[in-house]
Amino acid sequence: MRGSLGLRAGVLSALIFLFFVLIWHVGTMPVERAVNADPEYAKLVGGGKSAGLPTPLMIAQTVWTQIRDPFYDRGPNDKGIGIQLAYSMARVGFGFALAALLAVPLGFLIGMSPLIYRALNPFIQVLKPISPLAWMPLALYTIKDATISSIFVIFICSVWPMLINTAHGVASVKREWLNVARTLEVGPVRRAFRVILPAAAPVILTGMRISMGIAWLVIVAAEMLVGGTGIGYFVWNEWNNLSLTNVIFAILVIGITGMLLDLVFGWLTQLVTYRE
Amino acid sequence: MEKYFLKVEDLARRFPSARGGPPLPVFEHVNFTIERGEFVCIIGHSGCGKSTILNILAGLDEASDGLVIMDGREVAGPSLDRGVVFQGHALMPWLTAKKNVEFAVRSRWPDAGRATIDEICARYLALVGLEGAADKKPAELSGGMKQRVGIARAFAIEPKMLLLDEPFGALDALTRGVIQDELLKICAATGQTVFMITHDVDEAILLADKILLMSNGPGARIAEVVVNTLPRPRSRNAIHRDPQYYPIRNHLVDFLVSRSKDFTAKPPADYDPLRPPLVTPGLTDTAPAIQTSILQSQGATARLA
Repeated sequence: MRGSLGLRAGVLSALIFLFFVLIWHVGTMPVERAVNADPEYAKLVGGGKSAGLPTPLMIAQTVWTQIRDPFYDRGPNDKGIGIQLAYSMARVGFGFALAALLAVPLGFLIGMSPLIYRALNPFIQVLKPISPLAWMPLALYTIKDATISSIFVIFICSVWPMLINTAHGVASVKREWLNVARTLEVGPVRRAFRVILPAAAPVILTGMRISMGIAWLVIVAAEMLVGGTGIGYFVWNEWNNLSLTNVIFAILVIGITGMLLDLVFGWLTQLVTYRE
Repeated sequence: MEKYFLKVEDLARRFPSARGGPPLPVFEHVNFTIERGEFVCIIGHSGCGKSTILNILAGLDEASDGLVIMDGREVAGPSLDRGVVFQGHALMPWLTAKKNVEFAVRSRWPDAGRATIDEICARYLALVGLEGAADKKPAELSGGMKQRVGIARAFAIEPKMLLLDEPFGALDALTRGVIQDELLKICAATGQTVFMITHDVDEAILLADKILLMSNGPGARIAEVVVNTLPRPRSRNAIHRDPQYYPIRNHLVDFLVSRSKDFTAKPPADYDPLRPPLVTPGLTDTAPAIQTSILQSQGATARLA
C-alpha cells in the first residue's frame, strides 16, 4: 500500500486501536469460577460472574447513553457529563483568564526591565515549583468558597508558564526591530502593541498552551478534593459508586477535552507565528 | 560653520580597558562635513568604528566625545529626520511589504488618512520596483527585494538625511548592481543627502560624491576625504572607461590594502585630524603621492575656509 503518510498513519492507528480493544475484550471476558461461598451470598455479590473491569461493550453502551443525554440533572450526585464538563471548563476558563490578565502585562514588564527581572526572579523561582494543590488549604481557609478556591488553584498553576514565556519572548525581541521603532520615533504604547507584542506573540501563545495543559491536569485533582461539581468530582463520585464504567468514560472525556483544548491553542499559535 | 548641512566635530568613542588603564578609543578626533544633497560613502576595515559612527548619526548610539550637528541642531537621539537602512533588512516579518512601509509612514504622519497613506506606500514601493510584491511577507521575498522594501521604508518618511549601513553587503553581485542603479536613480531624482557605509570600492565610486577613508582601529581617524570627480550621471557599464576611474580606484584600494594599517600609528607630519586632507586622485592620475600633498592644502583650505 502506497498511500500518503497521513493515510498510512491513520490505518496504523486504527489497527493499534482494534488490537487494544481486542486485548481488552479478551482480558475482561467473564469467567465462570467455582463458587465456594454460600449461594445466597454469592448471588448478592454478583454470582462470581464478574471479572472486575468492564468490557469494551459495556463502555460503548455507557458512552452511548451518556452522550445521548449529556445535560440531565437529577440532583447533586447525578448530573450529565455535559454539565460536569461545563463546570470544569468554566473554572479553568476563569482561572486561566485571570492568570493571563496578570501574567502577560507583568511578563512584559519583566521582559523589558532587567531590574524588575532580577528583583522578581527569586520569587518566581520559589513559587513556580509549588504543586498548585498545596495552595488548596490556604485558599479554602482564606476564600471560604470551594468554587473560587479551585479557580484560584487554576490561576496559580497557569500563571507561571505564561509569565515566564511572556518575559522571555519580550526580552528576546530582535534589537533591530526595536531600533527601527526608535528611528521612527514610535511611542512606547505603539511600540508595545505594534512591535513587541507581535514579535513575542508566538512565544507568549506557547506559554498559554503549556498553561492550559497544566490547568486541565490540575482541575481534575482540584475537583476531587473540593467536590460538588465538575469532571474531577464526577470521577470521584463514580468511584464511590463503584461504577468503573463511568470512571473509564470520564477518563476518555478528560483526555479528549484536553486534546481539543491543546488543538485550539496550537491553532492560535499558528495564527501568530511568522516566518523569518 | 552654519553653511554645512551636517557637521561632525571631534567625535570619539572609547571603551573602558580591561585592567583599569586609560579607556581604549575605537576612533577619535573624527571630523567631517556633509553638504545638502551630497552622497558620502565611508570605507575602512572592520573594527574601525564605521557602524558606530553611523549609529551615532542615527541617534541610536552615543559618542564618548564630540558632537554631531545636523541642519543647525545637535543630534541627540533618533529622529524621523534621519532614515536608516539597516545592514540586515530589519523588516518586521509579521507584516507584508506594504505594511512595513506603512508602519513608517504612519509614524511620520500619524494623522494622515487612509487614502494618503496608501498613496505614499504605493509610490515608494513603485520607486523600488515592488508594486507587485506589496502584499507579500518578507519571508516570501528574495534578499534583494527585502532590502528594497527597507530602502522604500527609509525613503517613505522623506527624511532630511538617509543613513545606509552596508545595505547591499548580503546580496549577490547581480542583485547588488540592479539595486545600486535604482538607488542612483532615486537619489538623482530626489536630491537626497546620503551617508553610506560600504566595503565595496566600486560601489563607493559609482554612488558617492565624497569618500571618507578611515584608518584602522583602535584609535581610527578619517585619514583622507577623496573627492569623486567622476562626472554624473554615472552608469555601472560605462564608468570604468572614464580615465578618472582607475586612478580613483587604485587610490582607494591602495589605502585599504597598505596605508590604512600604518596611518593610525604614523600619520603624515602635516596631518591634522580637524581638517582631514581632501584629495582628488581622479584629476591627478600621475604620481598621486606627490600631487596630492599640493592639492591637499589647496582643497582643504578651499573647502574649510
